[in-house]
Amino acid sequence: MDAKKVARYGLLTALALVLSWLESLLPSPGIPGVKLGLANLVVVFALYRAGWLPAVVLSLVRVLLVSFLFGNGVSLAYSLSGAVLSLAVMIPLKASGKFSETGVCTAGGVAHNAGQLIAAVVLLGTTRLSYYLPVLCVSGTFAGAAIGLAAAELIRRVPDRF
Amino acid sequence: MALKGTRRNDIKLIAGLLLAAGILALFLHFTRTAGGSVRIEQDGVTTAVLPLHEDTRRTIEAESGTNVLVIQDGAAWVEEADCRDKICVRQGAIRYTGQSIVCLPHQLVITIENGADTPFDAQTH
Ligand SMILES: [Zn+2]
Repeated sequence: MDAKKVARYGLLTALALVLSWLESLLPSPGIPGVKLGLANLVVVFALYRAGWLPAVVLSLVRVLLVSFLFGNGVSLAYSLSGAVLSLAVMIPLKASGKFSETGVCTAGGVAHNAGQLIAAVVLLGTTRLSYYLPVLCVSGTFAGAAIGLAAAELIRRVPDRF
Repeated sequence: MALKGTRRNDIKLIAGLLLAAGILALFLHFTRTAGGSVRIEQDGVTTAVLPLHEDTRRTIEAESGTNVLVIQDGAAWVEEADCRDKICVRQGAIRYTGQSIVCLPHQLVITIENGADTPFDAQTH
C-alpha cells in the first residue's frame, strides 16, 4: 500500500468516526436498533470506489474504534453483528449488478437491523423479540434508502482520483 | 437501459421489504392475546415473574444500573431508568403476550407472557 492509499483510508475512517459521533448526538427514536446509519455512507462509498475488501476493513475499524471511544463490549457485539450482516448482504447484491446504490444500501440497512436483533437474541438469551421485526424492517428500509440516495450522489460527485 | 433496470429492481426490493414488514405486523396484531404475567430477565436469567393484573411498582437493581418497573391496569412499563439511552422508558407500555421492553445498556428484558390460561387472571377479581 502506498502512502496515498493509507492517507485516503485514514481520511475515510476519520469521516466514518465523525458521522458515528454525530449520529450518537441525534435523539434516539425509542426502539432498540433503530438508527439512521450515517457512517454507512462512507462504507458504501468505499465499497463502490475501492472495492469490497477496503469497505470491510473500513467498517470493522470503525466499529472497533467507536466501541473503544463511545461504547463498551456489549455495544461492540451489537455494532459488529449489524456491520457484518450488512456487508454480507451488500457485497453480493452490488456484485450482482441488479441494483443501484439505493437498493444495495436499503438491503444493507435492513440487514444491519436484523444483525442487531440477532445479537440481542443471543446476548439477552431470549427469542421473544419478534415484535420488533416489522419496525426494524421498515426503519431499516427507509434509513437504508435515504443513505443509499445520498451515497449515490457522493459517488457521482466526489472526483475520481479520490 | 441498465439504469432503468436497476431502478426498477430497487423499487421492487423496497416494496417487497415494506410488504413483508406489513404482513408480519398484521399477523402479530391479529394473533395477539392479552398477557397474564410479566417476566423479568437480566443477563438472560429470569429474576422474577409477576402477575400482570396486580398493580405494583418494582425497582430492578443490577450492577449495570436501575430500572423502575410499573405494572398497572393490565399493562407494564418502565417509568424510570438510569441507563444512558432511556430507550426502555420511551418504549412505553406493553400488555400483549410476546411484547417486550428491552434495556440494552442494563441487559434487561421485560416480557409479557401467557394470556387467558394464566391462573393469576381469575384470582385477582
Ligand atoms: Zn434503559
